[in-house]
Amino acid sequence: MSVAKTTPGVTDASGAVGSGVTAPGARPCDDTLLRYLLRLGDTSLVLGQRLGEWIGHSPALEEDLGLANLSLDLVGQARLLLTYAAEVEGKGRDEDALAFLRDAPQFMNLTLAEQPNGDFAQTIVRQFLLDAWQLEMYEALSSSSDTRLAAIAAKALKESRYHYRFSSGWLIRLGDGTEESHRRAQNALNGLWRFTDELFSADEVDEQMASAAIGPSLGELQPRWSARINEVLREATLERPVSARYPWHGKRGVHTEHLGHMLTEMQHLQRTYPGAQW
Amino acid sequence: MSKDWPLFEVFIRSRAGLEHKHVGSVHAADARMAIEHARDVYTRRQEGVSIWVVRSSDIMASDPAEADALFEPARDKVYRHPTFYTIPDEVKNL
Repeated sequence: MSVAKTTPGVTDASGAVGSGVTAPGARPCDDTLLRYLLRLGDTSLVLGQRLGEWIGHSPALEEDLGLANLSLDLVGQARLLLTYAAEVEGKGRDEDALAFLRDAPQFMNLTLAEQPNGDFAQTIVRQFLLDAWQLEMYEALSSSSDTRLAAIAAKALKESRYHYRFSSGWLIRLGDGTEESHRRAQNALNGLWRFTDELFSADEVDEQMASAAIGPSLGELQPRWSARINEVLREATLERPVSARYPWHGKRGVHTEHLGHMLTEMQHLQRTYPGAQW
Repeated sequence: MSKDWPLFEVFIRSRAGLEHKHVGSVHAADARMAIEHARDVYTRRQEGVSIWVVRSSDIMASDPAEADALFEPARDKVYRHPTFYTIPDEVKNL
């Protein structure tokens, strides 16, 4: 993502995105679509940024490149989705303005995506749970009635298949590895599991998108995701934690404290030197 | 960590119909990981359509000390090069 071709003053200071305020004259459907696109785009962006934090710190040179590749795929998806979102919003913002000049409450990513990298096991578990989710989402979205979204999803689906191969392979290796790697993988799974409820709890945005055949019914995706998870966890000799309904609302803009810290770093350059380019 | 992983040699086929060529090596815990590492390290710029990996320790190499015995005898057999024939213009790929 090249940095900000943003025109100063165009930024929506009221933070209308995600605040429930519909721009005057905008059809309600546009606002719903906007929120939906932000959820998808922000989840990719935030997860991509998290993976980028590993660069230079990975356990091996090959993993450094591997994680960077996943990160770049995700940022690329975010770019396509946020570009579309910016057009739907119609306020003269572009994808860079959405990425670098919104505050945490205006981000609509799933709460799981913003959780810190922790150790390598935690990064892999977070990746695996979200890869499986994106795989199901993009597969469904590739036949969306919104042709632009369908095209973005079809491209992203190929990337997600590799991501899933990467993260499921690592999870099996860690879970079915040494006593230490098994313990770390299980700990990570236990710690992150509470954020998975949000992946499939549909609200009015998801429901409207489903009824317009733009997005899938989350309720129908859940068992497919669950079956994937079970299969890999079995092979990884890891125990699936007990489900807990936990009211995380990242996709409604209510986040854990971690997102703010992450954005501070991610947005530092644009906030300090508005409009900076290279 | 990578010190504990065995070395794999990587071969990439750049296009359908061409042969796999040795491009380098990666460390990996197993063959599946070696393919992923090779993909991430060596095909980021569309360099390939197919990857082979093989444990470096499984490669048998000729002994450099035997180089004279193996390769010297071919030196004076220049007639083995097909340079004594005129190649028809119609033959393109020789």
